[in-house]
Amino acid sequence: MIEDVVSIKLPVDEELRIRKNRISPEGLGPDAKRICIVTGTHGDELEGQLVCFQLAGYLRANMGHLKGVVDIYPAINPLGIDSISRGVPGFDLDMNRTFPGRRDGSMPEYIAAEIFDDIAGADVCVDIHASNIFLREIPQIRINELSAKELVPLARYMNVDFVWVHSAATVLESTLAYSLNAVGTRTLVAEMGVGMRLTLEYGDQLSRGIISLMAHLGMWDGPVPEVREPIISVDRKVEFINAAESGIFIPRIDHWKGVQEGEHIGDIVSPLTGDVLVKIESPCDGVVFTLREYPVVDEGSLIARILKA
Amino acid sequence: MEEVTIYEMGSIYRDSFRVTGYRFGSGEKTMCVVGAMRGNEVQQLYCCSQLVDRLKTLEARGLINEGRSITVVPCVNPYSMNIGKRFWPTDNSDINRMFPGYGKGETTQRVADGLFRELMGYRYGVQFASYHVPGQFMPHVRMMRTGFESVEDAKAFELPYVVLVDPVPFDSGVLNYNWQIWETKAFSLYTQETSRIDRGSAMRVVDSVTRFLNRIGAVSYDGRAGYVADVVDEGHMACVQTPEAGIFEPLVEVEAQVSAGDVLARIIDPYEGCVRHEVVAECDGVVFFRHSDPLVYAGTVVFRLIPIGEFKAVAQQ
Repeated sequence: MIEDVVSIKLPVDEELRIRKNRISPEGLGPDAKRICIVTGTHGDELEGQLVCFQLAGYLRANMGHLKGVVDIYPAINPLGIDSISRGVPGFDLDMNRTFPGRRDGSMPEYIAAEIFDDIAGADVCVDIHASNIFLREIPQIRINELSAKELVPLARYMNVDFVWVHSAATVLESTLAYSLNAVGTRTLVAEMGVGMRLTLEYGDQLSRGIISLMAHLGMWDGPVPEVREPIISVDRKVEFINAAESGIFIPRIDHWKGVQEGEHIGDIVSPLTGDVLVKIESPCDGVVFTLREYPVVDEGSLIARILKA
Repeated sequence: MEEVTIYEMGSIYRDSFRVTGYRFGSGEKTMCVVGAMRGNEVQQLYCCSQLVDRLKTLEARGLINEGRSITVVPCVNPYSMNIGKRFWPTDNSDINRMFPGYGKGETTQRVADGLFRELMGYRYGVQFASYHVPGQFMPHVRMMRTGFESVEDAKAFELPYVVLVDPVPFDSGVLNYNWQIWETKAFSLYTQETSRIDRGSAMRVVDSVTRFLNRIGAVSYDGRAGYVADVVDEGHMACVQTPEAGIFEPLVEVEAQVSAGDVLARIIDPYEGCVRHEVVAECDGVVFFRHSDPLVYAGTVVFRLIPIGEFKAVAQQ
C-alpha cells in the first residue's frame, strides 16, 4: 500500500510528498517485525532505486513467504532526484546532515523529523547510498564503531563484499543512520556503485542480501539466497590516497583488484603540457575498494581507498 | 598593514586558490576576523573590506596599540565566490563544516586545516556569519554554548542582542565551535543580509568590532556608541510558521516592535491573488528574523520574535 509519510505544500501549484510502499501480508499480529528500506537521500545517488524496484516486485510476487512488514522509501529527497541535486534544492542542504530533524526548522528539517519518526521503532533499517559522482565503491556496509557490536552480526547477511567499521567522526551524528541507531533502531548503511548510475550487478547483490537478512529476522520463510562472506575491517586497515596536485586523473588499475606495494595505480596529468604531474603508486599491499571515477581532481581529492592485506 | 597569503593551492586550469589575510599591528595575536566562508556571503566580504579600510585609517593615525595584532581574512573561498556557487566548486562541500581540518585529507579539509593553523592562538575570534535558510536578521552576536562561551565579552560588541544557542551535531565542524575548543573566545556576528549588500547593517558590525577592539585595548578609538545588549536564549524566541505555501508578502521590517495579534505577513495565492493566510504574532515582540524569499513553503518559519513585556517571562519558563 502506498502511503504518504509527509506532505508539504510548495508555493506554486504543487505538493511535495514523501511516499513509502508498505508491503505486509494480511493477518499479522501486533508483534510483527518491520524492516525499512530507505534510499534517495542524496538526489545524485540512484543505485538504491534498483534495489527498491526489485524488492517490491519480488515480495509482491511471493507474499505467501512474507512474515513481517516491509516499508520501502525509495525517495526521501524527491526534489533532489528530480533535479539531479545531491542536496535539497532551494536550500543547498545535505539532507543526511539534518536528522533527527526539527519541526520548527526549515522545510528539509521538518521533513527529516517526519521521516525519522516514521522509521524509528522498526526492527532494522537499511539506508542505501550510492557513492557520489566522484568515486566508485564495491558493495559494502559501513558501521560506526559505536554500533559495531549490534550491527556487524546483521551485516554478515547482507551479501556485501566488505564491512567497514569506521571511527565515530562527530560530523556523522546528524545522519539518518546515526540518529536511528541512537534511539535503538538498528540501521545499516549500504554504499555501492557510483553516483548518477545504476550498476545492475550490485543491485541484484544487495537485494539478495536484504532477503537473506529478512530470513534471519524471521520475516521471510521462502528460498534464502546464499550470501558471500564479507571482509570485515576497522579503520586502521584502510589506507587513503589523496591527490597531491590538481589535474586529470587517469586510472591504471581495475576496481576491487589486488595491488602490491609500489604498484602503479594511476597518474595525475596535465592535458595542457602533456606532463605526468604525479605518478600514484600503492603505499601497501591490499585491495582497492574505492576508486576515483570522476577524472578532474583538486589537490586533496580522494583517489582510492585500499584495504590493507 | 601587511598582506599575507595564509593558504595557497594550485589548480589545473584556474589561477591558484589563495586565502589572503591583512595583518595590522604586531605582537600578541589579539583578534582575528573571518569574513566570507561561502560563495554567496557577499555582505560578509563587504563587512571585512570595510573593516580593513577602517583599520588602515586607524593604523595611519597611529591608533593601533603597541603589542597588539589584528588579522582580517575577508574571504576563505574566492573560488566559489567568483563563480556564484555557495559551496566548493567541485564536490559542493562546505569549508565551514571541515574545522579543525585535516592536512592530509580532502580538498576542503586541507583548506580548513591551512586556515585554522593561522587562526589558532588568537585571544578573540570573530566570524561574520550567515544562516542556512534565506532571511534577514537583526544584527546580533551569536554564541554556542560550549562551556567556553563568554557572554560578558559578547556584550562588549554593544550590538542589540547576544543570542545563545545549543550546538547541534554538525556544529562540531564549524569554525566558531573549534575556535572555542582551542581556547579562542569566538563570536559570530550576523548582519541583515547575505547575498546582497546592506551598507547600514554592515557598518553597524564594523563599528561594533571597532568598539570591541577599543574595549580590549587593541585600538585607541571608540567610535559611536552602541547598545546595552540583551542576552536571549534562541530556544526562548517565538517561531512563527506559515501553514500555507504561496507568495510571501511581509508587512513588517526586521527590528520592528509588534504586538500580539498584529498581522506580520500575508501568504498570497500565486495564481488568483487572494490572501491564503495571514501570519499573526502570538506575542508582543521584536522581529529578530524575517524570511526573505518571495516564495514560501508550507510549514516554513517565516519570523522569529524576541518576546517582550509579560510574554518574555512566559517564554523563559
